[in-house]
Order: sequence, then structure tokens, then C-alpha cells
Amino acid sequence: MSIRERLSGNEAIATAMRQVNPDVFAMFPITPSTEIPQYYAQYVADGRVDTEFITVESEHSSLSACLGAEAAGARAVTATSSAGLSYMNEVLYVAGSLRLPVVMAVACRALTGPININHDYSDSMAERDSGFIQIYAENNQEAYDNFLQAHRIAEHPDVRLPLMVCEDGFITSHAIENIELEEDDAVKAFVGEYHPEHYLLKKENPLAVGPYGVSGYYMEARVAQAQAMKNAKAVILDVAADFEKTFGRKYGFFEAYKMEDAEVAMLIMGSCAGTARAAVDELRSKGVKAGVIKLRVFRPFPGEELAAVLSHCKAVAVMDKSEGFSACGGPLFAETAGALFNSKERPLMIDVVFGLGGRDFTVTAAKSVFDRLVWIAENGVVDELYTHMGQRE
Amino acid sequence: MNDMIEIRWHGRGGQGAKTASQLLADAAFMAGKYVQSFPEYGPERSGAPITAYNRISAERCSVHSNIYEPDYVAVVDETLLESVDVCSGIKEGGAVIINSSKSPEELRPQLRGYTGRVCTIDAREISLRNLGAYFPNTPMLAAVVAVSECVEREQFLADMEGSYRHKFAKKPQVVEGNLKCLREAMSEVQG
Repeated sequence: MSIRERLSGNEAIATAMRQVNPDVFAMFPITPSTEIPQYYAQYVADGRVDTEFITVESEHSSLSACLGAEAAGARAVTATSSAGLSYMNEVLYVAGSLRLPVVMAVACRALTGPININHDYSDSMAERDSGFIQIYAENNQEAYDNFLQAHRIAEHPDVRLPLMVCEDGFITSHAIENIELEEDDAVKAFVGEYHPEHYLLKKENPLAVGPYGVSGYYMEARVAQAQAMKNAKAVILDVAADFEKTFGRKYGFFEAYKMEDAEVAMLIMGSCAGTARAAVDELRSKGVKAGVIKLRVFRPFPGEELAAVLSHCKAVAVMDKSEGFSACGGPLFAETAGALFNSKERPLMIDVVFGLGGRDFTVTAAKSVFDRLVWIAENGVVDELYTHMGQRE
Repeated sequence: MNDMIEIRWHGRGGQGAKTASQLLADAAFMAGKYVQSFPEYGPERSGAPITAYNRISAERCSVHSNIYEPDYVAVVDETLLESVDVCSGIKEGGAVIINSSKSPEELRPQLRGYTGRVCTIDAREISLRNLGAYFPNTPMLAAVVAVSECVEREQFLADMEGSYRHKFAKKPQVVEGNLKCLREAMSEVQG
């Protein structure tokens, strides 16, 4: 039986962590993710979990401590944001290449500068090539549900990759909304225990972790890691199917809203997707065939699946909530355009960089993007490929 | 969603406008509603103007933007009237609820031409009278419930009593004072 509650995104994730009761939580605080270890410290103090809760001196160390624990065969988690994630950069790549399935909550926040504590995806997008699986949430419910699925995906023998559960800083992390929680026992049964096949301290099968990879071996290791990321696609869908069977809430690589006959569509991530859906509802009532795709899984990137659902549209706006400084569009646009390149049919496409540093995204703003798409669809030409929206001129 | 009520809170950092918005969400949640309570963070300085928001509805609201056209606005600190256009965007049929010892007519000239409903509540006096200290949130919460009718009065009072008895299980003596704050604020709100 689900439990009706109201929680912030941070408390929802901390609750999921408590229910999983991992062996190790290594933490260093940074806004807006700090409440996650703060709630967890209370669970430790109250004896509700038996996790080894390690307070360290930096994010570089928090993830390193998680890797040590994972290498020893334990289940480890951490949480961070923004500069904290950047400071982990070196260790993120180590986690991916060592194939250690640490699960990390990221309350996504802008990177400096100017210094800013509010939401965009500068931090997580900067780590898109680190080898972490990245799963994004629209709200507290999805953040909770994604965390419940995280360990099973990351720890699967075909995958064995680290995973980020991303929520929008403040917009999700600090907003209290209704949520359906699951019973502790049901969560524990769903997530299961972690018994890795290989680990550092297994005396029957001793293992070296992190040796030097000479040119004769490095490439094989990287290809195996790339294959694991490909394998993750099937596992993500399998775990989502079991999650739906167990708890009744459906997940996939993305959520397609009114896309069946959509002529103009928006590809967007996180909390803004709900705002975009409200715009679609208004436009549909006026006869505009608009749709929204909310991307949940950014790594592995579901290129073929996105191409299949977008190819029949006339015009598509990719909404990038981070600025990659490529001078030709943000990271989500580049990947989506690449995914569609070999499609026989494909829409005209624009990139809109928006919402940086917490700049608000409203229903009116979403409608203005659809207005542009309708014009592009009618005229068969892209007005401007790569633009920014919502800034003062 | 026609039944959705949107509320914007204005306060100063440290006064608890964010907490008040969370308390209102709690009250509406207990009454079976879908709620959103979220703060808008700028530089986190004690005393700086801050904004918090509520959406209360029968179905889950998927919009996650700030609120520019609220049904109701709650002003926890009346000195904000000098520096913030608190009445900006209030919908027709809505109201502004200001924590002040003054009457709505006395405050209206400070509201930059706003012509809608103005309500006042002397949260300081009610709090000092019942709790012996200045906690503006409890009277403000009750005044917002009374004016907006976002939660039915008797259910609100019953739910809040249950909540206080749980929250103050080790300090039962403060429960009655808080409940009196709620009841008196609901009857003393002007406008």
C-alpha cells in the first residue's frame, strides 16, 4: 500500500536512501543537496539505518570514499551539487572505469560564474562523458522512484556502472509536494541485497582494482565500458517494467505527451516538462498539434528511440538548460540532432538555451517557443538555429 | 484547473515566510488537497525580502514556475510595502492579507494603486497575547485560510489541533496558546 505524504525532493531522496539502507554514505555538504545528508544524519542518529555515515573534507573525498567502499563489495551512496560535482570530476571517471556502481543524488545547480545557487544543468551536463548513467526527475515523486530503481540498474552484472539520480535544485529539491511513498519492506524487497561477483576483499578470488592500463589494454577496457553503457538501456527498461508491476508507476527513457499526431514538439528535461505540458494543453484546445517529450534518461542516450518518436514532427525545439559554449548549441541539441541525422524523415530543429541560473520558465514562455515552431513548420525554414530565451536585452 | 488557488508570500529572511507557506501546504494536505510550497531564493541574508509560494488544488499541478498572478498575497512584514510591489498581478476577486495593526483603509494608500480587497491582521498582538512572544506565522496562516477559504475552517482547526498535539507532545502547555492564535486570527482579520 502506498503512503500519502508531502515531502521536498531532498527529503524524498533521503527517504529512498533510508529505505535502501546502504552500507556507506560519504558526505560533504553543498547547496542545494545538503539536506539529503542532513536528513540522513538524523536517520543514523535515530538508529533507523545501520549505514556507515562518513563525513569527509571535500567532494573529491566523498566520492573516493564511496569508491573504496564499493571496491570492497559494499553498497555506497553520496549526494552533491554544482561545484561539488565538478570537484569530483577526476573521481567520476575513476568510478566509471572501475565499474563501481555507486549511486549519487545530484541536486542540479548552475556552475560559477557569476556565482549562483539556483537550478540549471551546467553541473550534470559537464559530466556527461564521465561514464555515469544519468537519470533525471520532473518532481519529488520521480526523484524518489528513480532512486528506488537506481541500485538495480547500476549493480546489474551487464552494467556495473555508477549512476546519478538528478533532481532540479530548489525547484524540486526544496519544493514540498504530494508524493506516494512505498512501504519500507516493499522497497527493500524490490531493491534487493547487493552481492557483487568480484570485490577487493573476496579471499577466494583476489582482485586488483585500479591498475595501470598500458596501450595494449586501455582500449579494451574502454570498449567494455562503452558496451556496459549500451547494455544499460535494456536493464533500465527491465527495471522500469518491474517497478511498474510492483508499484504501479510507469517509466521509460522518456515520457511522450500528446506526441502521436504532434506536428510541433519540445524536447525538455526535469521540472520544466510539467510547465511545457500545461502549454501543450492550452495550445491543443486551440487546435495546435503540439507535444512534449520529457527526457528521463540522458546517459545512456536513447538516440534511436528519440529519433523514432520525433521523426514525424515538422518542427522540434530542443530545450537546453545549460550553455555548453560550443557556439552552435547546447549538449542536448547536439545529441538529438546527431540521433536524427540518419533518419529518412526528420523535423526542422532549433535549440533554445533557457533557464540558466534559475531564470524562471513559465507557461507563457513555453507557448512562445511553440509559436516559433508553428512558424517554422508553416514556412519550412529555420529562423535561427541556436538562440537564448528569457534574458534581458 | 479552475479550482486551483495560488498564493504568494512576502517576508524578510528569518521571519518565516517560507515556513508559513509550508504550514499552509500542510493544512491543505491534511484536508486532502494536492499542494506545492516552494521558496524563491536570492542571496540568503537575514532581513532581505524573500518570496515563497503555494499552489493548492484538487489534482496534481504540473506547472513549476513562480506565481505572477496569485489569487492571494500574504505580507508577513508591512515594512515591505515601501520597497516591494506586493500587490503585483493579484487576480480579480483575490486579496492581499497584511500583518499590521492598521486598518485596510489606512494601508491602501501604500498599495500603489491596487483597487482589490485588502485585509489586515494584527499578528503581533495576537501572538503576544496568546504565546507571550512574537511568532507571526500562526496568526498569518489562520488569516490566509479565513480569507482564501482554501481549507474549510472547522476541518482546518481540527487538523491543526491534531498536528500541534503531535508536534508539541512534550510541551502540551503551548498547544492551547497556538490554537487560540488560530481561532482569534480567523475572527479578527479585517477587510
